[in-house]
Amino acid sequence: MLEITNLHARLADGREILKGVDLTVKAGEVHAIMGPNGSGKSTLAGVLAGRPGYEVTAGSVAYEGRDLLALAPDERAREGLFLAFQYPVEIPGVNNMYFLRAALNAVRRQRGEAELDAGQFLKAARAKLKLLDIGEDLLQRPVNVGFSGGEKKRNEIFQMAMLEPKLAILDETDSGLDIDALRVVANGVNKLRSPERAAILITHYQRLLDYVVPDVVHVLSHGRIVRSGDKSLATELECRGYAFLDDAAAE
Amino acid sequence: MSSVEALDTIGPLGQGYKYGFVTAIDAETAPPGLDESTIRFISAKKREPDWLLDWRLQSFRAWQKMAQPEWAKLRIAPIDYQAATYYSAPKKKEGPKSLDEVDPELLKTYEKLGIPLGERAALAGVAVDAVFDSVSVATTFKAQLAELGIIFCSFGEAVQEHPELVRKYLGTVVPQGDNFFAALNSAVFSDGSFAYIPPGVRCPMELSTYFRINAAKTGQFERTLLIADKGAYVSYLEGCTAPQRDENQLHAAVVELVALEGAEIKYATVQNWYPGDAEGKGGIYNFVTKRGACRGAKAKISWTQVETGSAITWKYPSCILEGDDSVGEFYSVAITNNLQQADTGTKMIHIGKNTRSTIISKGISAGRGQNTYRGLVRVQPKAQGARNYTQCDSLLIGDRCGAHTVPYLEIRNPSARVEHEATTSKISEDQLFYCRQRGLSQEDALSLIVNGFCKEVLKELPMEFAVEAQKLLAVSLEGSVG
Repeated sequence: MLEITNLHARLADGREILKGVDLTVKAGEVHAIMGPNGSGKSTLAGVLAGRPGYEVTAGSVAYEGRDLLALAPDERAREGLFLAFQYPVEIPGVNNMYFLRAALNAVRRQRGEAELDAGQFLKAARAKLKLLDIGEDLLQRPVNVGFSGGEKKRNEIFQMAMLEPKLAILDETDSGLDIDALRVVANGVNKLRSPERAAILITHYQRLLDYVVPDVVHVLSHGRIVRSGDKSLATELECRGYAFLDDAAAE
Repeated sequence: MSSVEALDTIGPLGQGYKYGFVTAIDAETAPPGLDESTIRFISAKKREPDWLLDWRLQSFRAWQKMAQPEWAKLRIAPIDYQAATYYSAPKKKEGPKSLDEVDPELLKTYEKLGIPLGERAALAGVAVDAVFDSVSVATTFKAQLAELGIIFCSFGEAVQEHPELVRKYLGTVVPQGDNFFAALNSAVFSDGSFAYIPPGVRCPMELSTYFRINAAKTGQFERTLLIADKGAYVSYLEGCTAPQRDENQLHAAVVELVALEGAEIKYATVQNWYPGDAEGKGGIYNFVTKRGACRGAKAKISWTQVETGSAITWKYPSCILEGDDSVGEFYSVAITNNLQQADTGTKMIHIGKNTRSTIISKGISAGRGQNTYRGLVRVQPKAQGARNYTQCDSLLIGDRCGAHTVPYLEIRNPSARVEHEATTSKISEDQLFYCRQRGLSQEDALSLIVNGFCKEVLKELPMEFAVEAQKLLAVSLEGSVG
């Protein structure tokens, strides 16, 4: 589904952040990407989603056989790529329900499905909220405005559940969450798991991975993937910290 | 590949203006220039009584002694008032008795503009008076309204049919010599709309006027007078468009509202005059004086405006709160893109006790547009317990535009409570990216964010108008984000 080859990317100020990332994600898989601060995790998520401010200097990304980097951010989204933001953005005056219906209908048009009217959307939204154990008051509030940290993350998961992406990328969605919110996030990802979909979880801690068991764990350090392994790698990192990686890299 | 996107790339806007067509129609037009004979010509054409001619001439003499105001934050190319034409009327033998007699070319024009005339009016439930260049061409629903004692007609017709009402109220809210543009209008006004709602009557439908400038080099100077008698209610809508022309055209209107005891007037405008092209060529100069007087206790006047068009907008719809417990409201969205300039706001004059006013202003600047909110809140010594709440928000798109807030407060009663809040923000790349990551196109994302920003004002508009206004906001900002 996703094939990243030798990806290099830098910031507008010229600092190179990604220095040759290789990663293959197959349909049905959940990958976790771990790594210390500044290792390039969020940059990788940003480049995949098309966030402004990065320049890809080398390498390629194939998504379902297409050149992902040639697509505009909204085209990527409509093709089924979803990014759960580390810092969800506030949009004052725009009702959350209205926003999400506009987004869902844009995605549905792309898939060749009929658009949902307000009633149909509300019905679908309520069902998802119930499934995820999220309160309905979320619908009527302006997008992320005045939301607590936990509410913002729940909203991201709710959006993901509604949009049913083929490839979901969660950028540190678990950071700063209490155990209840963490369960909501994990639940959201697990409910979406299917042989046709894939997910990339970017995280600092292996805590989330107790609830969502990944197929592969990668460690990103200084802009490259330095280790890959199964879930036990995450446990090892939790015990030994990231410092041993640098030793390993030096060997 | 570079994904660094500039927020201030400007595309052509002219293609977005879909009302820029010209109607081929025979017109009777006064020679260009302005002197007393022009005014006598207009007055004679309209078969006006002597008192009105004298009133015009007085206004003209006052105007001659005045200078065009320069205090607004606007750069205005010199206007040659002698080069403009002050009267242009579609040629016809007699005034139309019904819609069947209206020139089909005219009806086609209004159809293109989406104005419900004739049968479509009945479906839409909106009574429309349409002003084409200088004269009012058709007023729908007159008969149904007449049953309730409501008068809704062209200004010219009101002068003929209801001279006592016109004479009683004309110039009582906006005096002839009020300001340069109001004086000019008082001298040369050609037509406009008139409405009178009798005591205790709630007008059952929205009254609406559509203004259209068609002829070249023609100024439009319409005059609107609305009177809501004791306990009456009326909601009034006004829309404006003009053809796309390279030269600037002058528009100097006057609107006077009178709300007597317990009456309520809601006045909504969607102004979409041609704004000029991306290089600032052409466009309407819009110098408008709008003012309402709450003449009795518990009267209420509410102005809502969505200003998207015109090269220059100079406009301050105001409320004079004379009656005790009277209420004034001003809700405004003003957009400037490319080289458009707007200096707009309101005046709330608190005279009666416990008078209240609310001002919500949303300014959006894109391209090299300049947008100024200018507002006065005055509390007179006897206005015990007066209250005002003002909120001015500015939204910037790109970094070559400007937003300015100029509030004036004159508080002469210590019991007054006046609150003022102002914010300036920029549409952030983060907001746009967030929307696009959810699948919305760049244009839809921008429109969504801008509409959210304007929501408090748009919700004051009647439903169909609000939908139209939302579309207009999107069109006005076309190409403002690259």
